[in-house]
Formats: sequence, C-alpha cells, structure tokens
Amino acid sequence: MAAPVSIQLEFGGGAELLFDGVKKHHVTLPSQSEPWDVKQLLVWIQRNLLKERPELFVQGDSVRPGILVLINDADWELMGELDYQLQDQDNVVFISTLHGG
Amino acid sequence: MCQVDEVYSDHLERAAVPSVSKKCLKCKEAAAAVVIRAGHSYCRGCFREYFIHKFRAMLGKNRIIFPAEKVLLAVSGGPSSCSMLSLVQEGLSQSAHKKLRFLPGIVYIDEGGAISQSMEERQRIVAELQAVFKGTGFPFHIVPLEQVLDLPSSVLVTGPPTSDQPASAYKAAVDHFIQNNSSIFSAPPDQEETSPPSQKETSLPDIQESRVHLLQQLIGSVKTLTAKADLLNILRQHLLVHTARAEGYSKLMLGDSCTRLAVKLLTSVSLGRGAQLPQDTGFSDPRYGDITLMRPMRDYSSKEIAFYNHMFKVPSVFIPSLETKTTDKASIQRLTEGFVTKLQADFPHTVSAIYRTSEKLQTAFRSSSTADSSGRCLFCMCILDTAVESASAFNMTLISEQLSQTKAAGNTKAELQQQSPAEPESSAPAGQCCSSGGGEDCGRAAGGGGCCSTDKATETPNLRSLLCYSCQLTIKDMSSVDHLPLYILSEAQRRQRRSQMREEISEFLLDGEDD
Ligand SMILES: [Zn+2]
Ligand SMILES: [Zn+2]
Repeated sequence: MAAPVSIQLEFGGGAELLFDGVKKHHVTLPSQSEPWDVKQLLVWIQRNLLKERPELFVQGDSVRPGILVLINDADWELMGELDYQLQDQDNVVFISTLHGG
Repeated sequence: MCQVDEVYSDHLERAAVPSVSKKCLKCKEAAAAVVIRAGHSYCRGCFREYFIHKFRAMLGKNRIIFPAEKVLLAVSGGPSSCSMLSLVQEGLSQSAHKKLRFLPGIVYIDEGGAISQSMEERQRIVAELQAVFKGTGFPFHIVPLEQVLDLPSSVLVTGPPTSDQPASAYKAAVDHFIQNNSSIFSAPPDQEETSPPSQKETSLPDIQESRVHLLQQLIGSVKTLTAKADLLNILRQHLLVHTARAEGYSKLMLGDSCTRLAVKLLTSVSLGRGAQLPQDTGFSDPRYGDITLMRPMRDYSSKEIAFYNHMFKVPSVFIPSLETKTTDKASIQRLTEGFVTKLQADFPHTVSAIYRTSEKLQTAFRSSSTADSSGRCLFCMCILDTAVESASAFNMTLISEQLSQTKAAGNTKAELQQQSPAEPESSAPAGQCCSSGGGEDCGRAAGGGGCCSTDKATETPNLRSLLCYSCQLTIKDMSSVDHLPLYILSEAQRRQRRSQMREEISEFLLDGEDD
C-alpha cells in the first residue's frame, strides 16, 4: 500500500482555461495499492480537476498533442512520460502550445 | 527542432521512443532537461545558450538591420512574441561585439473588440502587458484594432525601399558604428527608464463605442471562422505597418515560430495562397517596400519557445482569440494546426521540412517582385496571381460563380450583366463611361474589373478584381463589403479608376504591354 502523494500541478499557455483559469493546484493523490504514475494522474485530473472539454486536454490515455509536460522542470520525454512514477512533492507542468503567437 | 540539415530519413522514426540519454549532449556533464529532437537533449544552461545564440545567428546571417535602425517588435502577448522581446533585451545587454545594435520599440494591437471582449477585460489585459513592456525600458505603442477603421489609403501603397544597400555597405556601417561607439547605446536600456517621454502612450486610448460597434459589424459580416481569421490577419498587418510608418520604424519584427509558420504555410495552400507562400513565411518580407517585415523566430519550434519561457520566466499573457477553445475542425487554420501539432509530436523533423519548402520557392518568386501597388492585392499586398488570360480555368471558375450567385448581396442586375462577358454591355445603364473606349475593351475589362461601377458614388467597387485568389475567397464569405473600412474602399476606387484610364488610352499606346 503506497502512501498518499502530494504534488503541485501547473497549467499554462491557455491550458489553465480548462481549469477555471487557475494555474497552480496543490493536490493530494489518495493512497492506493500501486504507486501513482503519470498515466493514472491524467485520469485523476480528468475526474477531479478538469472543468470542461476533456478532448482539449487528453487524447486516448495521453495528453493531446501540442500540450507539453515537464516533470520537476525537465521534459517528460526524459522521465519516462506516462510511466513516470510520481514522488511526494513532485511538480508537474502542462503547457499548451496550441495557438500561441 | 528546426535546424537546417538535409537528412530526414533517419529521423523519421517516432520520437516517442525514449532513446534519449540522460546527460546533456553538449556539455556531457549536466543532466539533460529538454529534448530538442530525438537523441538531442540539452541541460538547462546549454539550452539557454543554444536558444539565445540562434537568434543572434539569424539576425547576423541575414544582415538586414543596420546599426541604430529603429525596429518595431510586434508583441501579441503570446509566448513566441514575448520570447522574441526577451531575446532582444538579452541581445542589447550583451558585451560590445556580440551586442545587437538596433533601437527597438514595441507595438501591441488590442483585438478585444473583434471578439466582443468587455472594455474592463481589455483594460485588464493591457495593464498586464504594460507591466511587461515597462520592464524593458523600450518605447511602446498600444493600439486598439478599432483604429484600423481610420487608416489612410496610403497604407495600401508600397513605399520606396529605404535600406536597399549592398552587403558591403552593411559591413562599413557596422565598422563605423563600432569605432564611434555611438553615445545612444552607451547607456544600458534599464537606465533609459529615467526618460519617461520615450514611453508616452502608456494606456489603452479611449475607444468610442461606435467604433467598437463598426468593427464588430465588419467581423460579423464574415460568415466562417476561417475567413474571419484571415480578415483579422489582414487588418492587423495594415495597422502594424501604419504604426511603423507613423512612428518612424523601418523594420517590423513578427513573432511567428517555425510551428506557426508551418501551420500558416499549409493553411495558405488550402486557402489558395500558393503564390504568396515565400513572402508569407520567409525571414524577410519586402511587400510593403519601405517597411520590411521580419520573422526572426522562424527557426524556433513552439516547444522550444514554451520551454525557454517556462524555465527562464519570460512573462507572457494569455489572450483569448477568435479560435480559443474551438474544436479542431472549427476552421481550416485550426484543422491544420491540429495536424501540424500531431506531426510535431510524432515526427518532429517533418515540421521543419514543411516550412523549409517555402525557402525553395523563394528564388523563383523574387524575379517578379517589382510590381507597383496597383499590381498588388488590395488586402494582403502580395503580387496579384489572378492576372491571367480571359480563357483560363481560373476565369471560367469566376464566371460560373458569378452566374450562380445572382442573389448575392450587392449584385444588382446591371452588375451581373456587365460581369458576364456574353452579355452586350449596351443594355446596361452604366455603359456610358465606356464611350471613349471600344465596346470590346469594356467587355473584357468587366470580366475582371467592372469598369463602370465607379461612376455611381454610392456603389461599392468591384473588389474581387483587385484581390488575389485567396483574399477573393475571404471576401466571398462576407455578406456585404459595405462594412469594410473606408481606406480599403477608397483605395479600391482609386485603383479601379486608374485601370479604367489605362484601358481608355490603351489603343494609343504602343504594343507590348497588353493589360
Ligand atoms: Zn549542457
Ligand atoms: Zn490577397
């Protein structure tokens, strides 16, 4: 049984509009038998935070193309993407690059 | 991601494969933080250096900004243009030999009126941007889009190029500049903050309710989102060019990123803007003559920009647009954006391949870039691609469209008759203006010109003949052209009178140039 995980989520580049315009969220993921990974986090965000239009944030079981993810200030591509196991106090950032100019 | 190397084949495997080493490719010491492209990841420090160097290299390579030249940065508040602003700041703070040597200013076009934002909302966004602009110490201009309604027709006239000087002149100017180390530059930009007159227009000027209403009527007269976005682009560009001219700038820097340009390029193709590709997406764009448009961010992907802005706290302001929160299929622009973004995620190299295609078209195009304003599109100022012979497929499309649109707004019966070459013009009451020319000539001009429409003062000029193919599509989407700003309508009349006059005297001219 893994302990609950407290993390900070940040949304930017317009992605925050899907979350009531709030950029930073401190959340606690409840304890569960498996450790939390990013794939599960996306499901949790959809169920608990996302206010509207899920298709503008997720696609399949990943983020929609054009949304960049940083885990602790590094490209998630370097961290294993969906398989990355979240640690307590991690910082996960989602930045939409859609329609920036 | 947008680097120039010709080898695509080995990069075409999916980028998602985490085949990246965790150390920085450049210094091989620090932990990697950003994946530039498959197998290329940099640490924070090296990424910053790479990002900054690319900007200076881009400007250095192209050598079109002379020392002490005034350069206007078009900042929309979005990530790419804000990144451009911070790169210019960075460049000005460098030590002497690496330093950028031009005089920057900032322009922000507030488009809130076009998307029915409340005045409070517009003021809030402007205040947020003001804080960013003030921090740079550069002079800035905040211009509401409503001002486009009061532009002079001269915006649509190309000016004589100002800096058409050879490369040797550039070298000499730089050397001269370094030797004299001009006193304007001896003070770093943050000390210039003590001179408030350089930042005079600090808040959103008063906008009359009636102007907002007129602008909304204009945008509202366009039916589809695709054409709305197109029209907005055109109006914004006119206002930017006008501001540059009015404030004495000779270069206008736009913040289009590589990803954005790839979207623009593919959109352009789908909208029929084939002929304008090189100018729409190239590094420098001479279509206005005296004001050169530049796109120094065209080598940056939107990913690089987003990472840089996030890591180095470059402030940007999210500004809702026509297309905010619309679905992928809401407009051709959005559809293409969705496609390119997916490409970028899956096959990063193809995106740079797309926009680099435009470079290959450039040389062939340049030869014909000398047309004066009457040979240019009334909207986008590109060289007209519609001047083709009357029997072309293009003309046939036009004629059949006109015949099937008898009920379109503004198309009176008389107008229809003169537009159809099969109909003898004698039956049209407007025939009198053609009396000096031959009847045949009139019929031919009407196919693309409607030479008779200008003598009735109230009548809207036949704009289509003055537009490139893609701007014709935009206007086709408008329920009425009456809402177009006056400067466009009066310039249209002027051009039509001119071509009418040319038509009338054509038989006295020697052969060769057949209109
Ligand atoms: Zn490094
Ligand atoms: Zn055009």
